[in-house]
Amino acid sequence: METMNIAGKAIELDADGHLANRNDWNENLAREIAAQEGIPELTSPHWAVINFMRTVFEKEGDAPSIRRLTKESGVDTKTLYQLFPKGPAKRAAKIAGLPKPKGCI
Amino acid sequence: MRHMLILGGGTAGTIMANKLASALDERDWRITVVDGTEEHYYQPGFLFVPFGIYRMREIVKPRRQYLPGRIKFVLSGIERIDAEKKTVMLSSGEALRYDCLIIATGADIHPEQIDGLLNEEWGRSKFDFYTPKGADRLAQFLKGWQGGKLVLSIAEMPIKCPVAPLEFLFLADAYFTERGMRDKVDIHLVTPLSGAFTKPVSSRVLGEFLERKGITVTPDFDLGRVDNKEKKLVAWDETEVSYDLLVSIPTNMGNACIARSGMGNELNFVPTNKQTLKADGLEDVFVLGDASNLPSSKAGSVAHFQSEILFQNILEHIEGRPACAHFDGHANCFIESGFGKGLLIDFNYETEPLPGEFPLPGIGPFKLLEESPINHYGKMMFRWVYWNLLLRGMELPIEAEMSMAGKRVR
Repeated sequence: METMNIAGKAIELDADGHLANRNDWNENLAREIAAQEGIPELTSPHWAVINFMRTVFEKEGDAPSIRRLTKESGVDTKTLYQLFPKGPAKRAAKIAGLPKPKGCI
Repeated sequence: MRHMLILGGGTAGTIMANKLASALDERDWRITVVDGTEEHYYQPGFLFVPFGIYRMREIVKPRRQYLPGRIKFVLSGIERIDAEKKTVMLSSGEALRYDCLIIATGADIHPEQIDGLLNEEWGRSKFDFYTPKGADRLAQFLKGWQGGKLVLSIAEMPIKCPVAPLEFLFLADAYFTERGMRDKVDIHLVTPLSGAFTKPVSSRVLGEFLERKGITVTPDFDLGRVDNKEKKLVAWDETEVSYDLLVSIPTNMGNACIARSGMGNELNFVPTNKQTLKADGLEDVFVLGDASNLPSSKAGSVAHFQSEILFQNILEHIEGRPACAHFDGHANCFIESGFGKGLLIDFNYETEPLPGEFPLPGIGPFKLLEESPINHYGKMMFRWVYWNLLLRGMELPIEAEMSMAGKRVR
């Protein structure tokens, strides 16, 4: 099992490099993961998306798609990609401490 | 007299109608199937049409021919489902009351969902192969094409038959090779996935296949729009891929009647219990095949496996017992790889496609995740199986529940 070190603490990661235990997540950890993903600062629109994703996951057990993010989070697609370059659904899920979205097989 | 109403007479609806026709007592139940068209297409055949392997007329039959005599077929679009009043309003103006409803309205492509995709170049330099018209037009175009850059673009997931894009590329490689012009065609896959396929083992194996065939993959490409003037795909993050010939798999969505009924998710797929196939939060409503939001593949084999589970659950349900048969997400797909060969993958919600052998009494074993001629024959034979056994709801020698027999786990 892969781990990442944050403030001297080893946090377990899953096969996709996302948090293995959702309970490990906190806002500081989110900032650390974001920095590793090339997002130096999490602004309030970032948090709006992250919190929306966590709420949906809590209720439904899977992170929302980009289409749903756009429709329901109040952030348009273009902005989503500016906030989370290179794949907002996957990247925001990672920062939000959620598993990689299942998408479809 | 109670009423079993099935919306959709495609693969899922037809299988279910056949199974229920022989199980439900004619004195207690009448069964109706509603569909907007008379033609039943063998959809796995669309893939072969652009390459002249099948002609469209070889893969279409009348829907009614596959419904047993006691089933009433109603030719009409569907306006709206009112689950409170247990009534379905048809486009024809008729209202049908039901005691048990099966939603099997499928999924279709929606090129209008992508900015710049649907315009006067649609059918000229940009094509689909998920519709009869699209596949036919592409076949005509390819016959006279002199070569250039062929880009196959997947707009967004989920799509029907997630292996079809790969099969299209493998068949394109073989088609241009056999015509002696492979060196004139540059073949690309542009996909929102992180690799050739979704799951690690199969993504690696299929990725190697593409590489060996000289097919370039651009992963993680979230299509934002099509620039028709410059003939290029533009992603939301402004990366670009140019094309001469675009073969598009546009956004797939559930039937518009689902949206009109206020029942669907953002793509009009009906939220469904992934084990019992009961529609979430609705009484006496079940969902079968591509119409649901299940995290299983949208494919005929899946509709078939689901139908066995749903059949048991409906028989329990109408007797007032809880639905206790559970669907495991089983899918089983032949992947045509060109030059008379194919692969086979077999997987479910929990188990990704693995290598090994797939036992099948009398015919198999087929090779899993490995190229072989027998897999190709399996695929070609399947058309006969589809019309003669599968749609008729007959028992096939493949269990609804996935088996680990023959699979190699590392």
